[in-house]
Amino acid sequence: MSMIKHGLAALAAGTISVSLALPAIAAPTKFDFWFGLSGDLERVVQTLCKNFNESQKDYEVVCTSQGNYDATLQNTIAAFRAGKQPAIVQVYDVGTATMMLSGAYKPADKLMEENGYKIDYSDYFPGIARYYATSKGEMLSFPFNSSTALMYWNKDAFAKIGKTEAPKTWEDVGADLKALKDAGYECPMAINISGNESWQLMEQFSAIHNQPIATKNNGYDGLDGRLEMNKTKFVQYVTDLKKWYDEGLIKIKSKDLGQDMVQAFASGTCQVILSSVGDHGTVGKTQKEGMSWDVAELPTYAGTERKNSLVGGASLWVLSGKSDAEYKGAAAFLNFIHDPKTALFWSTNTGYIPVTKSGFDYMKANGFYDKAPYKGREVAIASLTASEPTDITRGIRLGNFTQIRAEFGTQMQAIFANKVSVQEGIDTLVKNGDAILDRFQQTYPNKTLP
Amino acid sequence: MEKRVTFSRRTIGILFAVPQLLLIFTFFYWPAGQAVYWSLTLQQPWGGGNIWVGLDNFRSILSSADYWNSIAASLVFAAISTGLAMFVALVLAALTDRQLTGSRFYRVVLIWPYGIAAPALALAFRFILAPEAGFMAVVNQAWPGFWDPGLDGVDAMASIIAAFSWKYVGYNFIFFLAAFQAIPRSLIEAAAMDGSGVIRRFRDIQFPLITPTIFFLLVINITESFQDSFGIVDIMTSGGPANATNLMVYKIYSDGFKGLDYSGAAAQSIILMLLIIVLTIFQFRFIERRVHYR
Repeated sequence: MSMIKHGLAALAAGTISVSLALPAIAAPTKFDFWFGLSGDLERVVQTLCKNFNESQKDYEVVCTSQGNYDATLQNTIAAFRAGKQPAIVQVYDVGTATMMLSGAYKPADKLMEENGYKIDYSDYFPGIARYYATSKGEMLSFPFNSSTALMYWNKDAFAKIGKTEAPKTWEDVGADLKALKDAGYECPMAINISGNESWQLMEQFSAIHNQPIATKNNGYDGLDGRLEMNKTKFVQYVTDLKKWYDEGLIKIKSKDLGQDMVQAFASGTCQVILSSVGDHGTVGKTQKEGMSWDVAELPTYAGTERKNSLVGGASLWVLSGKSDAEYKGAAAFLNFIHDPKTALFWSTNTGYIPVTKSGFDYMKANGFYDKAPYKGREVAIASLTASEPTDITRGIRLGNFTQIRAEFGTQMQAIFANKVSVQEGIDTLVKNGDAILDRFQQTYPNKTLP
Repeated sequence: MEKRVTFSRRTIGILFAVPQLLLIFTFFYWPAGQAVYWSLTLQQPWGGGNIWVGLDNFRSILSSADYWNSIAASLVFAAISTGLAMFVALVLAALTDRQLTGSRFYRVVLIWPYGIAAPALALAFRFILAPEAGFMAVVNQAWPGFWDPGLDGVDAMASIIAAFSWKYVGYNFIFFLAAFQAIPRSLIEAAAMDGSGVIRRFRDIQFPLITPTIFFLLVINITESFQDSFGIVDIMTSGGPANATNLMVYKIYSDGFKGLDYSGAAAQSIILMLLIIVLTIFQFRFIERRVHYR
């Protein structure tokens, strides 16, 4: 009797363990991917993750949105300190210097090599690759969602002043804005002056004009790089923007005031804005019925030899301290994202641009840029590849750059509210920004950027 | 004969206190101690190590003009929003206490604002006060350029004060109303029979009798205006324009979490804590004595 009992128990136990073990063998390796996009873009990323999971059986990526870039970085740091970090995390462009010194990552190029994937890094657009690569050219992270700044202009309004093309120089912009005002347009051009607009107003402008933001080649050559935009063409630019603002040619538009720039442009209220190519889709979807508009490269001052504009967006970092199995999955995921077909899916569903030449060629071959809603986005590629990146137009590698951007917003607001002169405001920006950089350097003694 | 429940042994008493002490230690003393430690070091955000810098963090903060500007903005905000929230609540509570028509309705409705989370409330106020789209757009139509919180620091400060006060009117109202209702009716009726009017009764009877409540609310309002303003600032102004609304608590957040300067933020929170402690001690030391009738 007891033997039977024992036998039954053993059998039951065996069945249970088999039934437990079976799915365990078949279950794919799970790994986490945290990203900072929300809303519509979050859904596209989730679809991307689903596509990856369905494309193979060995790995399963669990994608979690953290809401925005700042929160993603904060939450990842908190998770890392608690030993619960995701395998892959999306970090925005200006977080690159902070990541490089964190010691918390596994270099992407090494990861791919170890797991047998061959990635042709020269396939990346140089303007994009250099932004995220070390000074020696190694890719520590994978460029993911990428964009650059463009000028959006209202063709109908410009037709009224007899123009069929977008202005190419800032001198022309000044004249056109005046003409638009005289033609009865209340808001010829819209800008915003918070920390976020540092990107198009200061960073992109400086790159295109080959003007430095900071010494030591924008910080690429050492943590002792310090700001110097108070001595460049940027001062002239802010002076002009302020003058046009005072003359009523430029209006400030922000969400806090009721309408942001993109809405102001799409509704036909304002005729020119400078914004990311990522907004191309939004403008198309939300524009006033029948409005005719286009995008153009950002203008330069007359007599400037145009250089490449900077990439904006984020890259994917693989964090240290995960198991080999998870790294295998992470490598497979990065390889999937690198595929030109994924580039087509990604760019079709978002406003972001392809990051590799092969991706761009694949999309061109598919006729992507001929179709109405996507036509014009190739201007972004032209802008990014306007020249080989110079030592200055590679990008910006400064610590705690988010705070410097915030300081940019603060000083621009002071300038536009007539609290300080243009030169005073930018001098203060340099002074306060340098204090932030001093602090960053002190926090990482004896460390150098890779 | 005094009846008192006592524990035969000291250990039992301590045992009963332990859970509470553990909670306080875990959620207050330990983090506060950690903040003190961080404020004396330079912390690498990713936890790669830290360097002892003594009081350097405090020195650099206290020598920064931006920080003093932030302290000044916080004090202005605390003074005006506390005054406004308490005054409006006092008037509303006094009127409700007189049991005018509909006072039962007001009693319920006026409590609601306190139940709304600060960010949600701020979003509503951002819309109401938006110079181009909201209610203030009408005002701007009449006087162009009158209202511009995007560039005018005073307007921006007024916006966050309005939002914060609106929320705390509800909170203060509950306490004021309770205080008014605790005043014996006979006192007020006697005064009325002696021929004193509403204002006189308020000044000579009701107001003096609720001073302990006023004092209590003063302490709470000032303390909360330093801490609970975060959500409102974050949604409505992000500290701008040109740092005009960069209150101390918001600066801690933006330096610490956005700027990843954990040590500087820790030092700032120590200063904020000290400031609140000093303010509270001051109030208890010099004001509390005058509010109780003994």
